[in-house]
Amino acid sequence: MAQAETLETINALITPLNKKGVSLKPETSFASDLELDSLTVMDLVAEIEDEFDIILPLNLLPDLETIEHVADAVEKITSEG
Amino acid sequence: MDLFDKFDPVVQLRSSLPFEKADPFKVVMDEIISETEAIVEGRHTILAGTNNYMGMTFYQDAVDAAKKALDDFGTGTTGSRVLNGTYGGHKALEATIADFYDMDHCMVFSTGYQANLGMISTLGGKDDFVIIDADSHASIYDACNLGNATIVRFKHNDVDHMEKRLKRLPEDAGKLVVVEGIYSMLGDAAPLKEMLEVAKKYGCTTLVDEAHSMGFCGENGRGVAEALGVEHLVDFYVGTFSKSVGTVGGFAVSNHPKFDVLRFVCRPYVFTASLPPSVVASATAAIEGIKRSSNRRAHLWENANQLHSGLKEAGFNLATAKAESPIIAVQVPDVQLGTRFWEQLLLQGVYVNMAAPPATPAGIFLMRVSVCAQHSSEQIDLIIERFKKTAEIVGLDLDS
Repeated sequence: MAQAETLETINALITPLNKKGVSLKPETSFASDLELDSLTVMDLVAEIEDEFDIILPLNLLPDLETIEHVADAVEKITSEG
Repeated sequence: MDLFDKFDPVVQLRSSLPFEKADPFKVVMDEIISETEAIVEGRHTILAGTNNYMGMTFYQDAVDAAKKALDDFGTGTTGSRVLNGTYGGHKALEATIADFYDMDHCMVFSTGYQANLGMISTLGGKDDFVIIDADSHASIYDACNLGNATIVRFKHNDVDHMEKRLKRLPEDAGKLVVVEGIYSMLGDAAPLKEMLEVAKKYGCTTLVDEAHSMGFCGENGRGVAEALGVEHLVDFYVGTFSKSVGTVGGFAVSNHPKFDVLRFVCRPYVFTASLPPSVVASATAAIEGIKRSSNRRAHLWENANQLHSGLKEAGFNLATAKAESPIIAVQVPDVQLGTRFWEQLLLQGVYVNMAAPPATPAGIFLMRVSVCAQHSSEQIDLIIERFKKTAEIVGLDLDS
């Protein structure tokens, strides 16, 4: 379970893209809840990468369906250095 | 559960498009009159969406060589390059391409798609990183899926974005940067000088796909890297015979001393039949011809510039500020209007490619025009005129 701080940082990056005003919970899904198109997802991934100074490999993306998935992945990558 | 249910959204999208008389994905060329003209449903049609940039499909030497090879070697090799499928012609073609690129080694694949699929999936191993542009061709994305490398993606043609990512990768890891000289949908060129310099700064191996730039970019037609004077920064070129060379097949060239081992470890090279001798012979003759084709090159660029400035003047929304390649992409606001525009343009006697996501970057709908060195300037004028007329008929607003 990702830390609240990581979730908050990610939520802050999602907020400007959250056109429908969906309430952001850890289990919120990018595709079905937020309905982000692929271009928006790509921009968001890039922003998360730059915010945390990490790489989110393309291979990983299909498994990252919810905000919590992303937060967990970010923490895992960050802790591995 | 019907396995086809998952395709229902595609079926729905297609059936929602307002075609009446023609479907852009089901066009049949009944007769090919020349490099630039065909009969489509009985109508005389100017071909302006064929990627036949150098117009080599009826090049006499290539046609003659193919006929002779058919007579001498038969219709096919019926085997893999590493078993019975390597004839003298395949070796001669590899030597011709290596010479064209002034590099030591060449491998010929059965398609350009397989060349990318094979090279990228094989070079990028389990512990390696493959770094790609977001607008990469499907063959590059598929290569990433086939291989075991970690895939890093940067924003299209964005050098800073790429560098930021390269900075985060382990210094001593194997890293392959994959870029294209010309991107096929928008027809825009990559800032290869800056990109390759940055790639080299971070110790990356570089692979440049010149599929849509071979033949007419650079003094010898090797592509954008040659045109920008940065060939020394290219470790691998990948290219195709299905565009400027006028037939089908693909290749990779390199100076890497261990290059030849790829013939044993690259599965899309090993586990498929080699190109038929006639295709090999016509590719060889066409590449020899391209070397001597500075006139065609010059006329192709004239055509590209004429079309770009004509459409721009008419107020069409073009993907590039000037002609960066023979691909001139006209943006249309949505798929509905795009569909009607494409259909009406075909009825006016001009064939172009209708391009929509996922072939194009998300949210972009295009009338993708590609010109040929064999188009006359009168044909280019006709294309422009018919674009204008079509815009009027379907009610596409033009900038004035």
